[in-house]
Amino acid sequence: MRFFEYEAREIVKRAGIPVTDYGFTTDAAEAKTIAARIGGPTVIKSQVLTGGRMKAGGVKFADTPEEAEAHAADILELEINGHEPRGVLVDPKADVKQEYYMGVVWDGAAKRPLMLFSDMGGIDIEQVAEEHPDHVGRGHFSTLDPFSDFMAKQVIADAGVTGKALQRCTPILARLAQLFLDNDMLLAEINPIAELHDGTFVALDAHMEMENEGMGRQKALIKALGIGAEEGTRETYVPSAFEEAVSAVDAADHRGVIQGKDNGFDGTIGLIIGAGGGSLTLTDAVRQQGGKPANYSEIGGNPSVAKACGLAKAVLAKDGVEKIAVMMSIVSNTRVDIVARGVIKACLELGKDPAETIAIFRIPGAWEEEGFKILDKYGIEYCDRSVSLWEAAGRAVAKIQGEAA
Amino acid sequence: MSILIDKDTTFIIQGITGREAVNLTRECLDYGSKIVGGVTPGRKGREVHGVPVFDTIAQLVEHNGGVVPDGSVVTVPPAGTKDAVFEALYAGIKTIVIVTERIPRRDVAAMVELADRSGARIIGPNCLGLIVPGVAKMGGIGGPAKNAAVAYQPGSVGVMSRSGGMTTEISSTLTAAGLGVSTAVSIGGDAIIGSTYAELMPYFEADEQTQAIVIYTEPGGRMEAQLSAWVKENNSRLPIIAFMAGKFMDDDEMQGMSFGHAGTIVEGKEDSATEKIARLEEAGIPVVQRIDEIPDLVKAKIAERSAA
Repeated sequence: MRFFEYEAREIVKRAGIPVTDYGFTTDAAEAKTIAARIGGPTVIKSQVLTGGRMKAGGVKFADTPEEAEAHAADILELEINGHEPRGVLVDPKADVKQEYYMGVVWDGAAKRPLMLFSDMGGIDIEQVAEEHPDHVGRGHFSTLDPFSDFMAKQVIADAGVTGKALQRCTPILARLAQLFLDNDMLLAEINPIAELHDGTFVALDAHMEMENEGMGRQKALIKALGIGAEEGTRETYVPSAFEEAVSAVDAADHRGVIQGKDNGFDGTIGLIIGAGGGSLTLTDAVRQQGGKPANYSEIGGNPSVAKACGLAKAVLAKDGVEKIAVMMSIVSNTRVDIVARGVIKACLELGKDPAETIAIFRIPGAWEEEGFKILDKYGIEYCDRSVSLWEAAGRAVAKIQGEAA
Repeated sequence: MSILIDKDTTFIIQGITGREAVNLTRECLDYGSKIVGGVTPGRKGREVHGVPVFDTIAQLVEHNGGVVPDGSVVTVPPAGTKDAVFEALYAGIKTIVIVTERIPRRDVAAMVELADRSGARIIGPNCLGLIVPGVAKMGGIGGPAKNAAVAYQPGSVGVMSRSGGMTTEISSTLTAAGLGVSTAVSIGGDAIIGSTYAELMPYFEADEQTQAIVIYTEPGGRMEAQLSAWVKENNSRLPIIAFMAGKFMDDDEMQGMSFGHAGTIVEGKEDSATEKIARLEEAGIPVVQRIDEIPDLVKAKIAERSAA
C-alpha cells in the first residue's frame, strides 16, 4: 500500500523525525488560511500517488496567502498521469543549505533491510548510485538484534559525510530504519532531508510504501492516518469490470483461489489457466505462438465448482470472447474433475455448447480419470500430460484465432 | 543419494490439524516419509492419520525419547508462522519447509536470519517442499503418493523451481523422457526465501546421483544474478538449464502490474525477464523457450560433460 506525501510525513513525524509545519487540505480557501498561519513564502504540492509532479506543474511556489490559494485552486484541478490529486500540501518554503537523501529498502539477495544515505539529495538515488557511487553509503541491519545508532552512523560516514551533518543525521536515519521495520514497510524514503541555514535538519518530502501482507497488523496506524477500508491496497491501476467480477467470485467462497486480470490484454482467446507459474508459462506460450489473450487468470488451491464456473463465466462475458482454453500445469492439489465441472457448468448456464466453447482442456494430475470422463461425455477436446503446455497453447491459438481469421 | 532429506529423515508437521495439513500428512506417509509427530496448540492427545499431536515441540521431543526430529513442515497461518519457526529452530530442528504464503517480509527475514545463526536451512515460504523420488517427500509437492509416483521417478536431474506446480510439470517431463529426478525442490515464489538456487547448488554438487540441474524462474528479484555469479566462481561439474516464465511482463502495457508470485512485481529493468535471460546466458546457462525442449538439451549437456 502506497501513502500520499502528507500521510508519509505524518508517519515520519510520529517516529520522531523533524518535519516542517505543513498543512494538508482539499480546499483552496483553506490553503490560504494555512499559508497565512505559516506566514512567509510557501510551496503548494499536489498530493498524488504518482511521480513527476514537479514536471507536470503539480508543485508551485507562493509568496503570499492569496497566491497560495490561487495555486492550490489550479493544482486541485490538475490531473497528473491520469491521477486526480487527493488534495494539496501547503509547506513553508525552507531555507535550505544542503539536501541529503536517506532511505530503507529490502535487499532480497541479502535477505535483510538495507539503509541508503547520500549527501546528494533531492534527485533520484539510482542516478546518484550510478554516477557518483562514492556519494552513496549502504548498510544492512538485522531484523533480530536491537537497532543501534552506530549502524546508521556508519552508513552516513560511508557516504563521505562528517561533522555536524553526521551527528544530526544519525538519529534520523536510525529512526527511519526502526519505523521501516515497525510499520512493515517495503520502502521508507526521505528525499530530501534538508540541512537549513540555522543548522537544523528537517524532512522536506517522504515516500512510504507498506507491504500488503503487513496491513493486517498495522491497522492502528492505517486508522490513525484516516485511511478507510474502502481504499484497499491502493493498486496502481483502476480494476476493470472483469477484474472486479472475478474478485467478487473469489471472495464469495473460501475454497481455492482464482484471480483474473485483463488490463493490457485485448485479444479474443479466453484463458482459464493456472496456477501461478503455469499461468505465466501459458500466457507466454499463447503469445509466442501468435495468440492474443483476452485476459490473464490464475486458478489454484483446489477451487470449488462454483469458483471455476464463476471465472469461466466472467471470461466468456468479455467482449469478443467466444471460446476459452482451459489449461494448467500438472495439478496435485486442485482437482481436474472439479475444474472440468465448473467450466462446463459455465457454458451450459450461458446457453453455450461446451464442446464448441471449450477449445481445449489441458489439465493433467489429481483426479484426471474422473475429469476426463466428464469431458468425454460432453465431447470436449482434452489432453493429458503427454501434450506439453506449449503444444496445448498452440492448439488453443489455432482453434480460436484460426477460425476468427 | 539425494539432497537435504533421505529415507531416514524424520520430521514433524506444525499446524498438523489444519485441513491442508491433514492431506499433506496422509500424502507424505503414503509416500514413505517418517513423520514422528505434529504440533497444534490446544490439540494435545489427538492423532492425525496415526501421527500423535502435541501442544509444543518440547512435548513432542520428550515423547520421542529426547530425540530431536530432523525437519519440520510449517503450515500455520501467516500471523503465527514466525513464532512456529522460531519454536522449531530453538528446539534444534535443522531443515524447515514453510508452506504458508502471505507472510510479512519482516517475519521472513527474521526467520531466515535465525536459521542462519542456528545452522539450519529453510525452504520456502510459499512453497510445496521437496521430494526425493521413490524415497521420501516433505511437503505437498507432487500431491497424493500415487500422483507423485507418476510425475517423479528417480533419476539424474536436480530440479529447483520458484513455482510449486511447475516443479511437477518439469519433473514429469524429465521422467517421461527417461531422465528422472534426483531431488526436486520447490523453493518458493516470495521476494525473500530461505534457500535460493545458488545456496542449494553446493548440495547438488555434492550429490553423486545428480548429473544436471534444471531451474524454473520468473521475473523479479536477483536470484538468477546470484546463481550466475556462483557458476562463474565455482567450477561446477553440473550443467544448468533454465526456463523463464513471464516474458510477457516485459511489455510496456504490463508495467506496474503484478502477476503470479509476490516476487514477480517488476520494479526495475534489472529484474525483468529479458535482463535475467541475458545474465543467465552470459554465465553459460541456456534458457529454453519451451519446457518440452528441456530433456534433449539435458541429455546433450550431460553427454558433453562426460566426453570432456
